[in-house]
Amino acid sequence: MAHQQHTDKGQDRSLDVQKEQASISQENLKGYWQANLSLLAQLLCVWFAVSFGCGILLADWLDQFSFFGFRLGFWFAQQGAIYIFVVLIFVYSWRMKILERKFGVDDDEVTK
Amino acid sequence: MTTQILTYLFVGASFVLYIGIAIWSRANSTKDFYVAGGGVHPVVNGMATAADWMSAASFISMAGIISFMGRDGAVYLMGWTGGYVLLALLLAPYLRKFGRFTVPDFIGERYYSKAARIVAVVCLIFISFTYVAGQMRGVGIVFSRFLEVDVTTGVIIGMAVVFMYAVLGGMKGITYTQVAQYCVLIFAYMVPAVFISIMITDNPVPQLGFGSEVNDGSGLSVLEKLDTVLLDLGFNAYTQGSKSTIDLFAITAALMFGTAGLPHVLVRFFTVPKVSDARLSAGYALAFIAILYTTAPAVAAFARLNLVDTVHNTSYEQAPEWFNNWEQTGLVGWQDKNADGIMQYSAGEQNEVEIDRDIMVLANPEIANLPGWVIALVAAGGVAAALSTAAGLLLVISSAISHDVLKQTLMPKITEKQELLYARIAAAVAVCIAGLFGIYPPAFVAQVVAFAFGLAAASLFPALLLGIFYKRMNKEGAITGMLVGLIFTFSYIVYFKFVAPELNSAQNWLLGISPEGIGFIGMLLNIASACTVSHITPPPPKEVQGLVDNIRVPAGAGLAPTH
Repeated sequence: MAHQQHTDKGQDRSLDVQKEQASISQENLKGYWQANLSLLAQLLCVWFAVSFGCGILLADWLDQFSFFGFRLGFWFAQQGAIYIFVVLIFVYSWRMKILERKFGVDDDEVTK
Repeated sequence: MTTQILTYLFVGASFVLYIGIAIWSRANSTKDFYVAGGGVHPVVNGMATAADWMSAASFISMAGIISFMGRDGAVYLMGWTGGYVLLALLLAPYLRKFGRFTVPDFIGERYYSKAARIVAVVCLIFISFTYVAGQMRGVGIVFSRFLEVDVTTGVIIGMAVVFMYAVLGGMKGITYTQVAQYCVLIFAYMVPAVFISIMITDNPVPQLGFGSEVNDGSGLSVLEKLDTVLLDLGFNAYTQGSKSTIDLFAITAALMFGTAGLPHVLVRFFTVPKVSDARLSAGYALAFIAILYTTAPAVAAFARLNLVDTVHNTSYEQAPEWFNNWEQTGLVGWQDKNADGIMQYSAGEQNEVEIDRDIMVLANPEIANLPGWVIALVAAGGVAAALSTAAGLLLVISSAISHDVLKQTLMPKITEKQELLYARIAAAVAVCIAGLFGIYPPAFVAQVVAFAFGLAAASLFPALLLGIFYKRMNKEGAITGMLVGLIFTFSYIVYFKFVAPELNSAQNWLLGISPEGIGFIGMLLNIASACTVSHITPPPPKEVQGLVDNIRVPAGAGLAPTH
């Protein structure tokens, strides 16, 4: 029965989980997750600051400064925030790779 | 060769390319059909995501909207790109680790409930159909303006092409055609942008030209000149906004959270091999998107300036050639109110020139006096943008039907082969419904675009976020939250857009937030009610808590079951 089959897969899955998590210590898992959360918090602060901060809330004040021919607040809203978003994702990707190696939860070896 | 023949040639050649790719990358299993086999390279997936994301609206309409909104247009620029940061940091890697086929799959399993899965399917179908109707219309419009066939014929040709590669190739076919479509659309967008930037500022990089001096010897920068010119004509200054700060904030937030909750974008991250690839791929996707999104505001400013320069106070006899060309399509119009034979463009009563915002991109090559092949390229680019998004949307609709509704809920006994057949049938039906929407556009299409983002922000995004980051969240909480967010946002938009449109102004809005931005409040209500309800109901079962632990660890994504 297909439904039966589905539950079997569910069991396989939990076996996989047990196998893989047995090889990684609980402290490492916890440390990895805490480090991930703190990295997320830092990057999301930057995300908020450049878009909602510089692009909207502080934009009028920033407009008194000139930046490559733009008023600064306007530049953040229509150009700068977007560039910083791109950089944020690559920084996240790079820092996470380092964290994962450090805590031994990297996904490299598994996929061969 | 005439522009007409070149356009046929370019659009025709791009279709041959898409169909060729579709035949080469046919889907042989449900895994191929739903997630392209799960082995897509992150750069390839990034490019496909960018094409998936950039719709006819991004390609044709966005620069025009910004052109007329000035500074406030930034809500779209930041809203539609900032969402990718949330997607990459908060959702994509975990959903990839979960490793199934659809977004409702995750919600159904994480909240151990068929009801939750069905609520997610309803949200998904509503969001996706709203979106796809606009795409098919976009295809029809490009066809009718550049190839001079009527909109219906245009839509039918577009349907036939999407049918070929979405039904045959599923996600696998769509992924590789989207890569080709990205290349076509970005080239088509950049070429005229570079030329118009050189024409106005001598700077070939539009992003820099946007801040440079105008080359007319006035010594003013583009934005300074635009401010001066527009103020003279009675408009607001280009660099000053007119929306309230709270409304700007709410709209930007609703678009960002909505972007991160759009199922057709999320599902693209199920196709890469590893968790780390999902993160990297989101970065590439945003980089590819940013090329167009940082060019659009430059095009917007150049086009507005150029428009005023060439049209205002020009006698109709000497009107530029593009003006006459586009007058026939009804996108620009002139009414000689004071009977002096001269076109006056201004804010207020005495304005004589009507301009449709779509013209800012479509007529750009002609405004900049570019050769016929550039015009043909823009036509092919517009079609590519519309088709790639339509195909991605149709795929999530069909997989929600065949996988979530049929296989997982109503007919669990069907074999994989039957499921694949149902997926193809569902895709075929969805293409036809989308086509009908394109031919007979419901009058409300333009009105409900805010729906798609608002509803995604208020329903799917919080359910996914809490499912990953809040282990205690249970099915009672999640279902309550989705329903509260959905019903609140839906009612607010329907009330102001349809029930009492005459009241749709700032003093009647809740906290001064327009229907476009209300999804943000809907999201906050969703999170608040979900957390409250989950606190007074039993915690989720042990296996589900184990599932949450599992998706938080990248290792082992390759082992995830594939059904």
